[in-house]
Amino acid sequence: MPLPGPLRNLFRSGVSESVENGTPPLKPARPISRGGGESISTRPSRGLEEFFNYIRDQAGLTILDLGPATQQNVSFITNLGHRLYSEDFLRILKETFGEDVPLEEQLNPGRIDYFLRQSLDYPEGHFDGVLVWDVLEYLAPALLAAVVERLHHIVRPRSYMLAFFHSDDKLEAAPRYTFRIQEINLLQVASNGMRRPAQLFNNRSLEKLFGRYESVKFFLTREQLREVIVKV
Amino acid sequence: MWNKQRREEEPAKPYAPSVSVPAPTAVTPAETKKETTTVSSMPSRSYDSDKSGGSATIGKAVKINGQIHSKEDLYVDGDVEGTVECPEHKLTIGPNGTVHATVKAREVVALGTIQGNVEAADRIEIRKDAKLVGDIRTARIVIEDGAYFKGSIDIVKPEPAKAAMARPQAATPAPAHSPAAAGASDKR
Repeated sequence: MPLPGPLRNLFRSGVSESVENGTPPLKPARPISRGGGESISTRPSRGLEEFFNYIRDQAGLTILDLGPATQQNVSFITNLGHRLYSEDFLRILKETFGEDVPLEEQLNPGRIDYFLRQSLDYPEGHFDGVLVWDVLEYLAPALLAAVVERLHHIVRPRSYMLAFFHSDDKLEAAPRYTFRIQEINLLQVASNGMRRPAQLFNNRSLEKLFGRYESVKFFLTREQLREVIVKV
Repeated sequence: MWNKQRREEEPAKPYAPSVSVPAPTAVTPAETKKETTTVSSMPSRSYDSDKSGGSATIGKAVKINGQIHSKEDLYVDGDVEGTVECPEHKLTIGPNGTVHATVKAREVVALGTIQGNVEAADRIEIRKDAKLVGDIRTARIVIEDGAYFKGSIDIVKPEPAKAAMARPQAATPAPAHSPAAAGASDKR
């Protein structure tokens, strides 16, 4: 039985690979402007809901947010009784490697080491969850492998990470997103300008990327973003 | 009639223009600084803070290395290294201010740069274009879009007695006061 609009979208976003392959990618709710102005839309997120299902019944967890600090995310996480760490990952990436520089710059082992010390210098098993958002798409293979390895080290076993990846494998540039948590299953997505991803992933390459992790679960969403819950 | 009587009771005062003049007592005895430069006063501020009158100001041409303990509101627009304590007052880091210090205050407003851990018993505001690298312990936090923050946030509920002393009107738990926090709570 067909459901009304919002609910239909919610169920569409909650399916995994088998349905994803049979469903054409959904168009974004609103066209994303390529100009300088910020475009904002709100959409349901099954990945976020799944992530919070794991952390909301416990208090005093330590959560790492790799996006820029926003009032909404800070309030939401801390109101659940958790401690929040904020690392503006892409800003540190830009400060370390520069903007619009060749991706070869991200292959330098010294620079990679410096970047990890700047952004993810935490003890083993320090975090109980990570909001990765879409930052991993902007890392060249060598840097990405090092980051994924470091995340595995600093996140407590059997904890969860939420990451986003574009599902369009011919994408040349992606909007610069800021994700703000509105509700447990609702995200406000603000986009401002465009950025070229370093790599694009399909489900198989994501499973390979997180090969050391215990499990990877996919949700196809609106705006051609694949939501991924990774269990450490 | 009443006014006339009051005027008679008032001691004679020299003429003073109506334009507000910065408080001459910009330096509190509690402040420790090594430089000989006098602490400057800033007559006007662009930020929308509540100007409660007496506050000390460290101007943008001033650099202080050491410990600052203030018993009044403090505005820092210069460079400070060491520790800054205003346990019962408000500390504002101006847009030109750079603080490499451990900070303790009742309330902290950051418009410039803070590098160090911050403990704000009542609240902290990190304004647009501000940069804060360090761990925060506070009852309430406000972060504007465009602010840069790197570190951890611990929300601690103020002890009722202390909170009542610090702000008699605001006795309810802190996070609910933030509009965003209130919004999030309502939606859930």
